[in-house]
Amino acid sequence: MSRKTKILNDADFKSLSEQKNTISLVLVVLELVLYFGFVALVAFNKPFLSAKLSGAITVGIPVAVGTILLSWVLTGVYILWANNKYDALVKKVKDKARGQ
Amino acid sequence: MQLTAIGHAHITSILFFLFFVLGTLGITYWAAKRARTTEEFYAAGRSVTGFRNGLALAGDYISAASFLGIAGLVSTKGYDGLIYSVGWLVGWPIIMFLISEPLRNLGKYTFADVVAYRLKQRPIRAAAASSSLVTILFYLIAQMVGAGTLVRFIFGVPYDAAIVVVGLLMIFYVLFGGMLATTWVQIIKAVLLLGGATILVLLTLAQFGFSYGELFGQVSKMYGDQFLEPGGLITSPLEAFSLGLALMFGTAGLPHILMRFYTVPDIKEARKSVFYATGFIGYFYILTVTIGFGSAVLVTRKVIMGIDIGGNMAGPLLAEFLGGTPFLGFLAAVGFATILAVVAGLTLAGASALSQDLYVGVVRRGAANEKEEVKVAKIATLVLGITAIFLGILFKGQNVAIMVGFAFAVAASANFPALLLSVTWRKFTTRGAVTSLYTGVVLSTGLIILGPAVWVDVIHKDEKAAVEKQIQEFETDSKYKIEALEKQKAERGTLMKIDAAIAGERTLADAKKKELSAAMPKAIFPMNNPALISMGLSFLAGIIVSLLSPEKEAQTKFDDEKVRVYVGIGMK
Repeated sequence: MSRKTKILNDADFKSLSEQKNTISLVLVVLELVLYFGFVALVAFNKPFLSAKLSGAITVGIPVAVGTILLSWVLTGVYILWANNKYDALVKKVKDKARGQ
Repeated sequence: MQLTAIGHAHITSILFFLFFVLGTLGITYWAAKRARTTEEFYAAGRSVTGFRNGLALAGDYISAASFLGIAGLVSTKGYDGLIYSVGWLVGWPIIMFLISEPLRNLGKYTFADVVAYRLKQRPIRAAAASSSLVTILFYLIAQMVGAGTLVRFIFGVPYDAAIVVVGLLMIFYVLFGGMLATTWVQIIKAVLLLGGATILVLLTLAQFGFSYGELFGQVSKMYGDQFLEPGGLITSPLEAFSLGLALMFGTAGLPHILMRFYTVPDIKEARKSVFYATGFIGYFYILTVTIGFGSAVLVTRKVIMGIDIGGNMAGPLLAEFLGGTPFLGFLAAVGFATILAVVAGLTLAGASALSQDLYVGVVRRGAANEKEEVKVAKIATLVLGITAIFLGILFKGQNVAIMVGFAFAVAASANFPALLLSVTWRKFTTRGAVTSLYTGVVLSTGLIILGPAVWVDVIHKDEKAAVEKQIQEFETDSKYKIEALEKQKAERGTLMKIDAAIAGERTLADAKKKELSAAMPKAIFPMNNPALISMGLSFLAGIIVSLLSPEKEAQTKFDDEKVRVYVGIGMK
């Protein structure tokens, strides 16, 4: 059995690839909801965005800035998970394959 | 009275400009010694740190259109301009979540490495290089046209001369300094741009006692509440959705952005660089909100649109208002640096598609040696640079936004589907990938040409203008007739005959107007941005053709690819 086949059958590899797929998918869906939610508000719910927040500032302004900030936060969530937990799992799988 | 120094070469702007050019040429001289192997030429020896690569990505991505265009849009259109700021950022998280690992772990220099990993090299590389080159050329034309216009605006230099200067500088950076020099040009540009915009925002806020309430209060006082509300920019939700798709997935298919994944030492640094880049780019777009509204209040919309109807000079005008000619000179030089950094990145990406994918992969079937590869890369750079200069002059006066729209639509419709399917779907085949790539290129460019922005506004420009003129002439004519009748009515009192004549004239006018409008050239494809259709069909074509033509080898190799995608390089 080659080293690659061993990795493929490794339970840790399976869990690692499944975790990665789940996290990526969830984050992509969140980003899609975030952005297309904003576009939908602009297209279908102008009164909501036009409501006054304080003085002349409308709700729409923090919503637009918030969409940008939240997108960045989502990339932050991913990198925190990937550079710590995911890379540790990768190392574990690699070490196991090397050791055998 | 001269209101602004814009359009005249001023000593401060020339000094800043010379300082930037000399500095970057010095860096190119230093980098030239470190651009001798293919890995050094295309990937800066994979030595760039995550933070620096993040800055360079921001420098690669924030083009003149963002720097000048978005602040201009906000200053002239108010809230609607913000919708664009948001749209240009949301592609970055998608890059991070979906393609950062496969791209970095499977590739060496171009995204074609990833698509071709388990498929047949030659057809894939030919198709991927074609779609990359189409994307890059559209983007490059937009940047060159923008450069010519901007430099003419700021320094008063003729358009053609400006294009030649930009073209020569970019050839020089890339040819001699490769990716390392390009990276540093982009880093310097990003630092100057972010620093300059931050100072601009602070000076603006100082005028309003550092209170956004005060700033927006002034905005609504001068232009009414509707300036702070979404207006008529998004008329059709379907069109908005399609544009959103192009922006979101197009970013993940831009060759010059994807190429930067290979300049860092490992995947950890690659992820960091996307995180930093998203932060820098987002921060910049948030600054444009203050710059846009600030210039609307301080410079006023009338003055901004008097200089340039599109509002592109809002930022520089605000700088001049707040910091005088020296600050204007500084921002003008930053604008120039912005364009240079983007065109250098594009040229390098185009050269890699030409030499790595087309020459080494297709012509030499992967058998070229190091020396030959670098030589071809340099020839490709020269060819692309000269082509860009000619295209820039040829496309003078074209709408820059349309060209950038082309680039994003092609990237989202051709590059992205093949890239995603190749790393996620076991049954994807060579034929499927090739079909998907070509479908994306042909459909996206074809539909844009058949759409309103090109078919009506460019190809049938004269017919449209003729019909508009006819309608206008007729309207003026019938207005006079009605006015004459109204005058008679006022003199002689209400008479059935006159009322009937007025009504008759009005009905006639409406009918005639309808008849004339019917002759107005119509777009064959109704949408301005075709991504919804072209990206969808590119995915569909890739899937159907793959199912019809199973490829055993590609399926077997998928396991091998999978291990590499998740675990990384070094697992032979």
